[in-house]
Amino acid sequence: MAVPRYWREIPQRYNLVGTKCGSCGKIYFPPKVVCPTCRRKSLGHMEDCALAGRGTVESYTIIYAPPPHFEGEEPYTMALIKMDEGCYLMGQVVDLEPQEIHIGLRVEACFRRIYEDGTRGAIQYGYKFKKMEEAETP
Amino acid sequence: MREVALIGSGVTEFGELWEKSLADLVAEAGITAIMDAGIDGTDIDALYIGGMSAGRFVGQEHLGSLAAEVAGLSDLHIPATRVEAACASGGLALHSGYLAVASGAYDVVVVGGAEKMTDVPGTEATNILASAANREWEAFFGATFPGLYALMARYHMHKHGTTSKQLAQVAVKNHHNGTLNPKAQYQRKISVEDVLNSTMVADPLHLLDCSPITDGAAAVVVASVETARQFTDQPVRIMASCHASDSISLSERSRFDALPAAVSAARCAYRQAGVEPTDIDFAEVHDCFTIAEIMAIEDLGFVDRGQGGPATEDGLTARDGDIPVNTSGGLKSKGHPVGATGIAQIHELMLQLRGQAGQRQVEKADIGLSHNVGGSGGTAVIHILEAI
Repeated sequence: MAVPRYWREIPQRYNLVGTKCGSCGKIYFPPKVVCPTCRRKSLGHMEDCALAGRGTVESYTIIYAPPPHFEGEEPYTMALIKMDEGCYLMGQVVDLEPQEIHIGLRVEACFRRIYEDGTRGAIQYGYKFKKMEEAETP
Repeated sequence: MREVALIGSGVTEFGELWEKSLADLVAEAGITAIMDAGIDGTDIDALYIGGMSAGRFVGQEHLGSLAAEVAGLSDLHIPATRVEAACASGGLALHSGYLAVASGAYDVVVVGGAEKMTDVPGTEATNILASAANREWEAFFGATFPGLYALMARYHMHKHGTTSKQLAQVAVKNHHNGTLNPKAQYQRKISVEDVLNSTMVADPLHLLDCSPITDGAAAVVVASVETARQFTDQPVRIMASCHASDSISLSERSRFDALPAAVSAARCAYRQAGVEPTDIDFAEVHDCFTIAEIMAIEDLGFVDRGQGGPATEDGLTARDGDIPVNTSGGLKSKGHPVGATGIAQIHELMLQLRGQAGQRQVEKADIGLSHNVGGSGGTAVIHILEAI
């Protein structure tokens, strides 16, 4: 893969920068140029907004048959995570045994290597998720 | 809009067809359908062909022109269009052909679908199929296509109590039907234990919960109802042809235990046809994974939400059940050459509606429905057909 393709997504993948609609306040990730609720009214009012990185596992799977860049990493856990800001993200959940994953698990984003483009290619970084370390005050 | 009919159909054998090229498959399906319809090349006003990714599977784009060439129609210079919507490319090609005839622009069009998937290794095929999902925000992080359906399966299980055994029963039923289809890729029965003991691909989906990688093509001939009678005594009327879209990313859907695009297309189709789900005698649904058939029968209103698993277990969708589903063997057993699938479903509907389905003929076949899905639900195309 050409490097610019991933380089241009760095703010989102490294720092979870999404978009907030200035009209209705809803937060989106990945960033959007138009709010699907406000549509025309949102144009020119979509602002960058970094997510806090915390969320809850809504569903999960354990991948045993990986795609080319992920060979040798299986089994790994992928989850659909509802972020506290209300949007959903897809990502790997790491640093836990496969049997520990469950719907409702609280997780937080961490910065990790995603894959390497061969031995000489660029290393792709981005977010994965891990169990939330500190107990939360309700 | 004019009334539109189908007057002929054909499919190739489905499977690992190493001796056949993409062009061979397109020609074979197209010519079979044309012969079945009893039309001549000069009767054809336009061609449509559905294909997901010939560019990556065999390095071949420009399928419209390719189809015209292999069918011997180049000198007629008729319009030839390639249509793409991932695994719903075939269904969407038919929708395009339907609109062209219904509008009055053309009287007779041939609609095909084809995919040649086994010229690349399995991992490469899986990677190409992942392009039906969001490459930057799903596949980039390691999500596979079975993985996306596994996320929906796990969610469905959590919310509705669906079990792995119920999922397995979809595969068992479809393999059972596949034994009666001489064109099917797999013509052997499997048991629930076979499914549950097969390799895990993406928990909770086992290898035998997944449709295979397949070569194949299918074609149909579409004509206005008034034109149809010139060619055949057994036209099949298109009562409804509906297409709906949704986000390409699973994470942007309004729910995860259904495909909202399929729900929307079904609502459109029932309204257009003037029928209810209970009027449907049988259906071909997009069982790319077993969970997909469970959600499909719920999305189509055959059963209440969450009842897809128990209904399958009770035999509602078996060939002798109240609503036979996937009498062809479905994608699971017949095979899933992605671009051809939507048209192959229509071929099965036509065989059943014309009483030509042989050993797998269902008793009551007056109205049939096809449900073709692209990606993890970003596209849904539904057709309702009736014998006239």
